[in-house]
Amino acid sequence: MIRFLLLFSRQGKLRLQKWFTAYTDREKKKVIRDMIMLVLARQPRSCNFIQWRDLKIVYKRYASLYFCAGLEASDNELLSLEVLHRYVELLDRYFGNVCELDIIFNFEKAYFILDEFLMGGEVLETSKTAVAASMQETDTLQETMEEYMSKPAY
Amino acid sequence: MCVLHGAVVLITELCERNPETLERFRKTVPDLVQIMKGLVISGYSPEHDVAGISDPFLQVRILRLLRILGRNNETASDAMNDLLAQVATNTDSTKTVGNAVLYETVLTVLDIKSESGLRVLAVNILGRFLLNNDRNIRYIAMISLQKIVGTDHNAVQRHRGTIVDCLKDQDASVKRRALDLSLALVSASNIRSMMKELLIFLSSCPPELRSQAASGIFNAAERYAPSQRWHIDTILHVLTTAGGDVRDETVPNLIQLITNASELHCYTVHKLYRALLTDISQPSLVQVACWCIGEYGDLLLRGECQDTEPVQVTEDDVLDALETVLQSHMSSPATRGFALTATMKLSTRITDNVDRIRSIVSIYGSCIDVELQQRAVEYNALFKKYDHMRYAEAFSKSGELFLLFQLSPHVGTFPQVCDLLDLLGGAEETPQLSPAVSGLAPGLPINTLSTAGGDLLDLLGGLEPAPAAPAPTVPAYEKDGVTLTLSCEKTSDSGLTVTLTASNSTDSDISSFTLQAAVPKSVQLHMKAPSGDALPARGAAKVTQMVILNNPNKDTVQIDSFP
Repeated sequence: MIRFLLLFSRQGKLRLQKWFTAYTDREKKKVIRDMIMLVLARQPRSCNFIQWRDLKIVYKRYASLYFCAGLEASDNELLSLEVLHRYVELLDRYFGNVCELDIIFNFEKAYFILDEFLMGGEVLETSKTAVAASMQETDTLQETMEEYMSKPAY
Repeated sequence: MCVLHGAVVLITELCERNPETLERFRKTVPDLVQIMKGLVISGYSPEHDVAGISDPFLQVRILRLLRILGRNNETASDAMNDLLAQVATNTDSTKTVGNAVLYETVLTVLDIKSESGLRVLAVNILGRFLLNNDRNIRYIAMISLQKIVGTDHNAVQRHRGTIVDCLKDQDASVKRRALDLSLALVSASNIRSMMKELLIFLSSCPPELRSQAASGIFNAAERYAPSQRWHIDTILHVLTTAGGDVRDETVPNLIQLITNASELHCYTVHKLYRALLTDISQPSLVQVACWCIGEYGDLLLRGECQDTEPVQVTEDDVLDALETVLQSHMSSPATRGFALTATMKLSTRITDNVDRIRSIVSIYGSCIDVELQQRAVEYNALFKKYDHMRYAEAFSKSGELFLLFQLSPHVGTFPQVCDLLDLLGGAEETPQLSPAVSGLAPGLPINTLSTAGGDLLDLLGGLEPAPAAPAPTVPAYEKDGVTLTLSCEKTSDSGLTVTLTASNSTDSDISSFTLQAAVPKSVQLHMKAPSGDALPARGAAKVTQMVILNNPNKDTVQIDSFP
């Protein structure tokens, strides 16, 4: 099971955080600090797995963002690399050539996609098209900016 | 598909937590095998596909569930044997995905009761992983091999070369795994080559792995050392490279090892001396070297030794080295203590520079560190005791007279009660000396020169056969007009009362006259108040003091006086 998923930039700014177990705020902050320190200190061509306390940390760098997942001891690390890759593909498919700015400005959409893909620390939906379809449905239910601006204000 | 995935995940969790559900779900094994076969063989399904492998997520989860169901169960394991073989051979391993599936397959094969051919296949896959260029794959391989090194030791041994090469990898995670695995692979047959590699690794490894590597090397050396000399060499090498990171008990262990290797004393002390000359920053090494030099310094000074090239070492050189250790601010107090004791031991083994040793030791009599000060003062006192010739200041300087009785079981070189007078000028020395001297009796065993022997004047022994006989009176001390007599009386089976009587035959009064006594640990001492502390001139009056000794162990005790 994945315990947490963090996205942070090369400057150490946190862009996304998803916690699949209950941590107190203090613990969360500590984990974030430790992860950023650990991952940013790694050499460019080094191994993607780190042993940290009792968890395995799997991280992958995509352009300027680091995707970092904390796994339990029984999980398959190579598969988690695939999970991270699949998530990036989903983002890419939704935003069209995703970059860090897309995630910064539309972070709620990023979280929606993540929730469609992972649940309770496990992969929920293995089909790319199914995730895309459900995102499309939610979008139709949302108002666009123009509709919002043109609503009469009673 | 995703429903299937969710169901498999749920079943996995249930089976992991509850053994009953495990039993129930065992019968689903054939179904799972069927599904898995479908996935592996089936055609291309674009939405679930990742790089040519259809739904690797589901595949991996099914494999994991099969692992849990097949563990310790013959029938279930049999049912999945074919499938696992098929997956292992058919999966494309050029991409990470394929490797992920293969990894899970290997884990499953190794965990269930699989047939031996399948196990060999699994270990071969791991071997192939080890040779992969991708660091991740090598890391994964080493983790898996670590799990089976206990059971399939020989299979893992075949890949020892690759694992040892991974020690030289630049990545810290890979290095850590390689270290763990290498230490697990050390055996009696490959100890020499492995140790060479491990020592090279130790000199270049990151600091967080150092202590783990050092302790692993020590354990391996202890278990499989082919010869004592090799063992000592290895430990010395580790101490010179990583001396700061070894655990504390290595120093006494090493000392014990050196003591046991008696034929190597000469070689060891030469090597340690040379190591000490080059570098005094590693505390464990310095401590062991000091101890060795102190213990076997005569071998060092003899100059020649069969295993190393002969080098002429003078006494001054050795004392220089020890003094450097004493004065260096890199030395911890414990290290300084070792050096001071070694210096003291050398005083009995060398002949020319005893004065130099004495001066070194007396400097430390006023050191700030209490432990060093105590040792230095004790050693100082030892010097005075051995030195018959030493006469101190004139009698009437301060009017204080200290006479210390040392009851010691084994100072055999003094066959009779000695007459030693040493006036100590200055009251500030007195509080230091008395605890020092009482500490000397247990401290004396350090000086291994004196042997307990028949030279002991056995006062108590002479008393035993005639308990009612009148107590002998012994003139204990007679010098410069002060006479002190000891008379002993056996009061009980293990008790003895000694009466000390002092009288003064000079023309001047002696004031502040006190007597002190020290006993070894096995004897209890109780001093009663003296009758006075002034000795008037010309024997006008005497001062007496009673001392009660309890000797429950009935050790033979020698009484001698001590300055």
